[in-house]
This record gives sequence, structure tokens and C-alpha cells, in this order.
Amino acid sequence: MPPAIAASAVHKSYPAKPALDGFDLEVPRGTVHGLLGPNGAGKTTAVKIMATLLAPDAGSVRVAGHDTVTEGAAVRARIGLVGQYAAVDEELTGRQNLVLFGRLSRLGRRDAVRRAAELLDRFGLAEAADRRAGTYSGGMRRRLDLAAALVVAPEVLFVDEPTTGLDPAGRREVWDTVRALRDGGTTVLLTTQYLEEADALADRVSMLAHGRIVAEGTPADLKADLGGDRVHLTPRDPADAARLAALARPHAAGPVETADGVVRVPLTDRATDLPRLAAALTDLPLADLSLHAPTLDDVFLHLTGDGAEALAKTNTVKEKI
Amino acid sequence: MTAVGTVVSDVWTMAGREVLHWRNRPGLKVFGWLFPVMLMGMFTALLGGALGQASGGDYLAFVMPGVLTMTAFFGLDGTMAGVAAESERGVTDRFRSLPTSGLAVVGGRCAADLLDSVVALAVVAATGLVFGWRPDLTPAQALAVVGLLLLLRFAMLFAGVYLGLKAGPEGVQSVQIAVWPVLFLSSVFVDTATMPGWLAPVADANPLSATTTALRGLLGFPVGPDASWLAAHAATFAVVGPLLLLVLFVPLSTSAWRAGRR
Ligand SMILES: Nc1ncnc2c1ncn2[C@@H]1O[C@H](COP(=O)(O)OP(=O)(O)OP(=O)(O)O)[C@@H](O)[C@H]1O
Ligand SMILES: [Mg+2]
Repeated sequence: MPPAIAASAVHKSYPAKPALDGFDLEVPRGTVHGLLGPNGAGKTTAVKIMATLLAPDAGSVRVAGHDTVTEGAAVRARIGLVGQYAAVDEELTGRQNLVLFGRLSRLGRRDAVRRAAELLDRFGLAEAADRRAGTYSGGMRRRLDLAAALVVAPEVLFVDEPTTGLDPAGRREVWDTVRALRDGGTTVLLTTQYLEEADALADRVSMLAHGRIVAEGTPADLKADLGGDRVHLTPRDPADAARLAALARPHAAGPVETADGVVRVPLTDRATDLPRLAAALTDLPLADLSLHAPTLDDVFLHLTGDGAEALAKTNTVKEKI
Repeated sequence: MTAVGTVVSDVWTMAGREVLHWRNRPGLKVFGWLFPVMLMGMFTALLGGALGQASGGDYLAFVMPGVLTMTAFFGLDGTMAGVAAESERGVTDRFRSLPTSGLAVVGGRCAADLLDSVVALAVVAATGLVFGWRPDLTPAQALAVVGLLLLLRFAMLFAGVYLGLKAGPEGVQSVQIAVWPVLFLSSVFVDTATMPGWLAPVADANPLSATTTALRGLLGFPVGPDASWLAAHAATFAVVGPLLLLVLFVPLSTSAWRAGRR
């Protein structure tokens, strides 16, 4: 059986600049694949090409065994698309939306109505079914969006940044849905800017930068490549910074840096290194201690060689310890 | 289903979607239908007295053909705004990712817009009748009136699709402003013979004048013996004008639509 998605050497330029520049991707059937990249990396462009909305300038894409350019109709009959921005008709009610998409997917009127009711139930939208989608909350709209892509069970589902802008509860619902789909045999390609999301959902992850894949592997592989976490230590007395750095050095995975009164200690494995480091520091009063993971942007800069110093610059996202 | 059958069924479904939009927000639509009536009331009640003297008495009978033309012309606005708003929406991408025929989105909009204009024209005509308009028509003349109006509306459909795809939201606003001078620089509300000598030919060349003047001919308000050559041949131009617009905008709108799919 051919893979769910096979893209090779895809190029796509907008008038101003190239968006995809030698994009390759292979996704086996029945898996969740994460396409990870910062703003402007080309994620949406790649999804649009795979979903037949855009034609590539060069290269070829086969989805569910069919060419997206020459067999567009066959591809469209086998895919579902959840775009980056909610793609439902806000002037229609939830139910009217789902019936409409069912009719356009070649369901008969009665089947479309029945399927809509099923999906509204399953996505917890039964109560709001007859309200205009424009009045839905962000999470409800996203659920309707997902439901709309499932009116006819697709072989391959594309979801472009499904959880951007959702609260934690909304995010969890979307994640559960994606997992349930995968368990039902659907291949899911999801794009995201969040490493955490790829980690939670994807069997494999591809990192996209400047229109091409710069790294691929399981989430665990990728994270190992990224380098580990960093601990930021702030001594209560700024004069202690040098002594603090000296105490931390034996536990550090690399050079310890001090800037603005904050001592930054790289770790290999936070679960084992952090307790040892903390034990070594019991005599020195601290004002603050926080753990930082490198951001996707750091990884991206690192992988594309735009500046290794970017990696040293730890980010501001504090993880809960 | 045959290929043609599926296209027709998709267009039907998409037109039904527009009708659902109207039903979900009836206020918006009803206001749209009443807007030409409001303008008609303004011209007949407020300005009709003064204008009526200039056009020889029965201003309502004089202005009704113009108001009908105006109503068909306003369809441009609706189609353009609808197409522009749609191309901005994520839902359009979803339509394109479905096994739906590519023409269904535009086809459905066109079908619904035609229906919309038919309702608007009926509302205007009915209001005219209520206020004492008594057109004297043979069935053939009535058919000609409806035909000329729908022909104009049809041309506005393709112009609207093109402008809506090309102009974007800011462009839509400019066009919404530009329709007014086009409307007033015509025979819709006044006889062009009353305009300054240098302006009258410009107004006569306006396709809206051709349709209006041709309708007046059918509805018992023929042009006078001193009418310009353009006005005297209004019936011909009322057919040729929209056809020329179609020759221009059908290919333009089709290629703009195709380009949008790239
Ligand atoms: N219609 C367009 N016209 C011109 N340039 C475009 C167009 N769409 C995207 N681009 C450019 O192509 C590049 C890739 O855009 P794309 O939307 O695919 O990125 P993305 O990874 O989805 O970003 P984001 O995370 O912001 O959604 C960007 O530099 C973007 O500015
Ligand atoms: Mg995007």
C-alpha cells in the first residue's frame, strides 16, 4: 500500500519569495505526523498543496496514492482539511454547516442530516446545534471545524495549527479527538508551533524551516538534538554570583554563564541533574530558581545555522518544575 | 450521477446556503430589498414635485423604469461584496478541499444573487403599484421589460464576481462609492435633456441610461423628438451594452476565479 503522504522536492514561490524550497515528506498510513515550524516556515503552504488548494511550482505530491495535481478530485474524495483559521460558515448554525458539508461531500439529504446529528452529539455541540456558528466560543468553533472534516470519514486528515488560540481544556479536547481518529485508522498530519503538542500527539515529527525539512524523527529524538534544559539561578546577594557559578559547574552539561546577576546552568537530564544541583546549593541563599527549555525558535536557529548563540540565549518560557 | 448532474446539484446546494444566510438574518436581507424602495420614496415624495414639473407631470411613471434599472444595477454591489467576503473566509478553502465541483461556489452565488434581484425588483414594482403606478403593457412588452432588467443584472453578476475577486475589501468600498455617480449620471432619475449640453452625451452613453430609456419606451414614456441619437436607439443599446459588459467580464471573472485556485 502506498504511504498516506509522499511529497518530493516540492517548490512553491509566492511573488515575493519562496515558501517551499525542496520540501520532502513521507507519512506512513495510520500514524500522526507533526509538521513543526515557526511563523512563516511554510506549514500552511505545504498543507494547502497537499490538500490540492495550491499547485506546486515543481515537485510532486501523492496523497492516499493519488497525485494532487493530476488526480485532484480523487485526492479530495479521500482527505479532510481543518485549516489554520476556523473554516466554517459563521452565518450558518452548527447543524446547517454540517449538513452543507455532507451534501457537498456527496451524501444524500437524509444521510447528511443524520450524520450531522451524530457529529454534533459526539463533539458536545448538540445544545448549540441550532445557533449561528458566529456566536460559538473559540473552542466550540474549532470542534465544529473538526467535525466538519469528519462528515465523511477521511483517509488522511490535515489539521493546520489546531490548537492555536485555544485554552487548555479546548486543547485537550482537540488532542483527544486526534488520538481517537488515529486509533480509528485515519492518518493525521498536523502542523504546530508547539513542541509540546507534537510531543503529545505525533508518532513522528518533521521540522520545517525556510521551506524545507531540517530535521525528522520521533519527538524524543528531536528533543535530544535540541540540547537540554537550562536552570536559571538568582542569588539573593548579587555578590554571590561567582561562588554560585563555581558550585554549579560540576553538575553542568556545558559552560555556565552569568549575565545580569543570573547564573545559567545547562543540564543533560533535568530529572537527575536538578536534584543534585539543588543539593549542592543548600548553603547559598537563592532569590529565584527556574527551569527553561529552549524554544522552537532557538532550535530552528540552531538547525539552520543562523546563529549558534541563539541557543545559548535561553528563553523566557518557564516550565513548571 | 452524471457530471452535469453533480455540478447542478452542487450549485443548488450552494445557492441553498445563501438562502439559509438570508433566513438566519432576515433583517439584513429585508433591508437590502427595501433600500431601493427607500430611494424611490425619497425621489418621488421629496423631489418628485420639482422633478415632475421638469419631466412633464407624472414623475412616478417617469421614475419607475429608472428605479427598476437602479435595482438591477445595485445587484453589482451585492455580488461583489459577497464574493470579496467569501474569498477572505477560511470556509472557501474548505469548499475547495471537498470533492465539490469548482464552479459550485461561484455558481451558487450567481443563482442566489439572481433570485435576490428578482425579489428586489418585485418589491419595487409592487410598491410602485401600491402608490398608483399603472403601467400599460402587452405580455410581450412585459417579457421585454423583465428580459432587459435580467440582462443588465446578469452583466452585473460577472462584473461583480470579477471586481469582488480582484478588489478585496478596500476595493469593494471604493466601488460602493463609485456606483453613486454612475447612477446619477444617467437618465435613471431625470431626463438627460435637462443636463448641461456637454454632460448629456456622457449620461446618454451610460448603460444604465440605455436600459432606463428603453424601459420607458416600453412603459409608455417614449423619448421626445429632440432626443439624442443614443437615446433614440436606447432599445438597441440596452441589449448591446450589457452584452459588451458580458464579453468583457465573463473571461475576466473566469480567469480571476481560476487564478484564485492556484
Ligand atoms: N498568499 C501569499 N502571498 C505571498 N506570500 C505568502 C502568501 N502566503 C504565504 N506567504 C509567505 O510564504 C511564507 C510561508 O507562509 P506559510 O503561511 O506557509 O507559513 P506558516 O508556517 O503556515 O506560518 P504561520 O505559523 O504563521 O501560519 C511566509 O513567508 C509567508 O509570508
Ligand atoms: Mg500557517
